[in-house]
Amino acid sequence: MSGAAGRGPSPGDAIRVRIRLFAGYAEAAGRDALDVTLPAGAVAGDALALVRGQPWAARLPPSPAVAVNQRYAKPDAVLRDGDEVAIIPPVAGG
Amino acid sequence: MWAMSGWLTDRPIDVARLVAEVASAGAGGTVVFVGTVRRSEADGDVEAIEYSAYREMADAELGRIVDEARSQWPEARIALLHRTGLVPLGEASVAIATAAPHRAEAYAASRFLIEETKRRAPIWKKERLATGAARWVEGRPAGG
Repeated sequence: MSGAAGRGPSPGDAIRVRIRLFAGYAEAAGRDALDVTLPAGAVAGDALALVRGQPWAARLPPSPAVAVNQRYAKPDAVLRDGDEVAIIPPVAGG
Repeated sequence: MWAMSGWLTDRPIDVARLVAEVASAGAGGTVVFVGTVRRSEADGDVEAIEYSAYREMADAELGRIVDEARSQWPEARIALLHRTGLVPLGEASVAIATAAPHRAEAYAASRFLIEETKRRAPIWKKERLATGAARWVEGRPAGG
């Protein structure tokens, strides 16, 4: 049976992804994480597109920096079940 | 007691301790960079800066930056700490100590480390004003 515990998703299953928000984005959204479901084969850009549908996301730049599992990633990075995607506001460290 | 997670700390940075970490009999030159919270004319009544981070990724990315520096300057010893939490005017927000047999490598590694940290570390800052108000500081598009 697809999706049975311990075997992971089969091709064609949805994947669960956590999207994390920080700093000004988290403040605008009123939250610092969203748990979303995407189709298998979804890419980081798809997670971003989901977020763009929200009212606060009007402030997002055309190509925000994105990280997948704590590494910078391109929008075409393929996502897997359980991945963590972060939308990274312009940074101000150092 | 330090409260550190890898390269981040929520306590005041002990710069002398960082220098001690990179000291060795082989080190001819030690370079220390300290970034401090400053107030410019334009900033008005900033009293402190609150640093926040995507902690797990800041640790990972700073670790990668340090690895890259070690790879380019294999003889350099490196210590780096970045603050999170509230840092008052004049205090250190980041400190980097590099030590190498010759000063050229210590300087070069130090420069690389601060420039890459500024470019890549997922860390943000919010100015805390004397009025009690707070405002986000505009950052740089993250490069990575």
